[in-house]
Amino acid sequence: MFETVDNIESEQGKQANLQFLSFTLGKEEYAVDILRVQEIRSWEPISRIPNVPSYEKGVVNLRGAIVPIIDLRERFNLGSSVYTPLTVMVVLQAFIGGKIRVMGVVVDSVSDVINVNRKSIQNSPSFGHRVSTEYISGLVSVDQHMVMLLDVDKLLKLDGVDNEENS
Amino acid sequence: MAIDMAQFHQIFFEESFEGLDAMESGLLNLDMGDVNVEDINTIFRAAHSIKGGSGTFGFSAVSDFTHVMETLLDEMRDGRRKITQPIVDVLLGSVDCLREMLEAIQSGKALNLTGIAQHKLALDDALKVSEAQTNLSNIGQSEHTESELSAVSQVDGWNIAFSPHFDLLKTGNDPIRIFRELSSFGNLDSIVDLRGVPEIYDLDPEECYLSWKLILKGNIAASDIEDAFAWVEDNCDLSMQVILPPSSVSVEMPEQSREIRLQQQSQLPEPIPLPQDKQKPIENQEPSKATAAKAASSSIRVDTAKIDTLINMVGELVITQSMLSLIGEHFDLTKLDQLKNGLSQLERHTRELQESVMNIRMLPISFVFSRFPRLAHDISSKLGKKIELKLIGENTEVDKTVVEQISDPLVHLVRNSLDHGIEMPDVRSAAGKPETGTVILEAYHRGGNIVIEVRDDGKGMDKDVLRAKAIEKGLISEDTVLTDKQCYELIFMPGFSTAEKLTDISGRGVGMDVVRRNIEALGGNIEVISNLGKGSTISIHLPLTLAILDGQSIAVGDETYILPLGSIIESLNIKEDRINRVIGQGETYLLRGEYLSIVRLHEIFHTPNVKATTLTEGLLIVVEGQGARYGLFVDDLLGQQQVVIKSLEANYRRIEGVSAATILGDGSVALILDIPGLLRLANQ
Repeated sequence: MFETVDNIESEQGKQANLQFLSFTLGKEEYAVDILRVQEIRSWEPISRIPNVPSYEKGVVNLRGAIVPIIDLRERFNLGSSVYTPLTVMVVLQAFIGGKIRVMGVVVDSVSDVINVNRKSIQNSPSFGHRVSTEYISGLVSVDQHMVMLLDVDKLLKLDGVDNEENS
Repeated sequence: MAIDMAQFHQIFFEESFEGLDAMESGLLNLDMGDVNVEDINTIFRAAHSIKGGSGTFGFSAVSDFTHVMETLLDEMRDGRRKITQPIVDVLLGSVDCLREMLEAIQSGKALNLTGIAQHKLALDDALKVSEAQTNLSNIGQSEHTESELSAVSQVDGWNIAFSPHFDLLKTGNDPIRIFRELSSFGNLDSIVDLRGVPEIYDLDPEECYLSWKLILKGNIAASDIEDAFAWVEDNCDLSMQVILPPSSVSVEMPEQSREIRLQQQSQLPEPIPLPQDKQKPIENQEPSKATAAKAASSSIRVDTAKIDTLINMVGELVITQSMLSLIGEHFDLTKLDQLKNGLSQLERHTRELQESVMNIRMLPISFVFSRFPRLAHDISSKLGKKIELKLIGENTEVDKTVVEQISDPLVHLVRNSLDHGIEMPDVRSAAGKPETGTVILEAYHRGGNIVIEVRDDGKGMDKDVLRAKAIEKGLISEDTVLTDKQCYELIFMPGFSTAEKLTDISGRGVGMDVVRRNIEALGGNIEVISNLGKGSTISIHLPLTLAILDGQSIAVGDETYILPLGSIIESLNIKEDRINRVIGQGETYLLRGEYLSIVRLHEIFHTPNVKATTLTEGLLIVVEGQGARYGLFVDDLLGQQQVVIKSLEANYRRIEGVSAATILGDGSVALILDIPGLLRLANQ
């Protein structure tokens, strides 16, 4: 399994340019490594899961697999989302607990595929304890906007999911 | 031969183990008084296939051993030998020995040669008894002695009976050449039998009318002699018997048998199968196949009828599909009826297809049950108890995984019944019970579950003893109040054993908690009922299959959940006057004299938009699972349906109160509720 991730990274390592899928949450713009994106789906009703954090919205049926959906706005404390027909779910592959897990994240809208030169990625600034930046792997500037690059594995590492016993 | 035989090894082992099981159950079924020939034939056939297979694959130790068994069985089959309990015991022991041998070969371990030799000796002894008993010994003995060739490495020489068929010479073989080769091994004496030679007028010079009796002196390997006859093996009747050194097990050839041997050759029911033997290199006895490491049997044998049904169904499905696409091509509203018909056909076929596919994974529980007669037989003779084991419902079908996983726990339970449950005959008759104890192993379907019961009419369990024991072991405190049921459940606690002394059969106290854990891992539960002095019943409830579940959909708010149908006892409208509150908080419902605690699903799941918030507005479902029994309060009952179980943990994690998820007809996900888990949630 490690190889899979390594492969993705080494493949990218060959190119100076990396591709990211960018999306918006409120006024902020985020991006994830495009090789981790499995598909983009329109909003569909989610089956709620009881007694879990509110950002874990529930599960959907993705061609027979049960896939959890995480609301990134709530995960980042950006206020709760209003789901409209424009709301989209980005289905991501994360490497957690020794295996690839498929999870969906709810975002306001998907904007673009951006090419990022590896050298232009800046480290995320530290805000101490005030703002949690653990999921942010770097910052890039696109057309004078700041885009935050997300670390998919850390982002989707939910409590209890990394437990080996469950995998 | 460049074919890699190793690829067939797995099949050989599977078949052999099946054959051994068949032999074992056949032997146990043998009724001493009235023997069914067909039973013996079944055993014989199984032994014969194992012998043939092992010969082909070069497992000579196995084929030699089986050969001796086969000889004995052959005599039983022909009625030349009376079937007695000691012989059956010897054969049972040999079955075990064979199983060990095969397992050792399969896992590439060294064979337990002393064990094998012991069993072989026992078999030989059994064979010798027959010689004393019957005068018709020559055939039996000839095979007997022949069989000893493998048991005894030191031989003095060989008696070889060689009767060529008439056409031997026409195939270009000359006996003289064979004799010449034989004489190169040692001192060869030959006695020719001229009785087959016809009158001169009938004599065809190209045919061979002679047969020989050869005595070859010297320590010669059987394979050498077999090689000498390799070219003519299809054109002659050949039998070999070893001449043992005087010091070893003496085999005195009865004089008359020498004479009549030659004539009897062609009447041998089982001519010594040289073709099999000659292929096996003797040194192959070492298990050379370290690669053939023991793999769990991951294949499955399916009744061809099941596959035929499946193929039929797929055919139907294809027809329906093409019909539908035809309708779809030029669709207008006049074809609406056709479309509806087609869709309902499609639905029916899909469902049937699903059922038959699931059916393929189903095996009769007899796969597990079949080993128990043996267990009962061994234990009862070991302990001097009289036990009758009854198997009921062996044809009940269960998922293969369940069959595999249930076997060990079940062995444990049956052992317990045989060992601890059933008393000694004198104790039984003193208690006014029949001397022979009965253990009943029964399997049947109930709802979406299979129930397996182990019942005995033994001494039962003493609640007070159990309780005292648990206190002594520090498992419960002295003032714990336990219901009867809870007392019996104590036996499932880790480190609990009531056996006064440990035997090698049971009683190490590591058992019952493991049994319970295994069964719960299969999604089942286990319960025990006992009547002191009258016996105990242990029942195991297991889901039929691990992939599909009969579910009851229930509604809470806007959400749909699935309850396993088997866990629902009843559902009822709530009457206000039967609700009681404990300390103003915990709600209970009085149902037929029992206070059931009420678990409100919407409360523990924090469901929004609940319709029924007061108890009288909704429904109470009485559920039971793994010892937990309570009333689950929901808005409404929806339909019953079969649901396909999907793991939540594959991409997500375990959720308390939920055992798995499923996908409903509209494509949405519904959660399958976990009965004990809900109670834990409610108690938090």
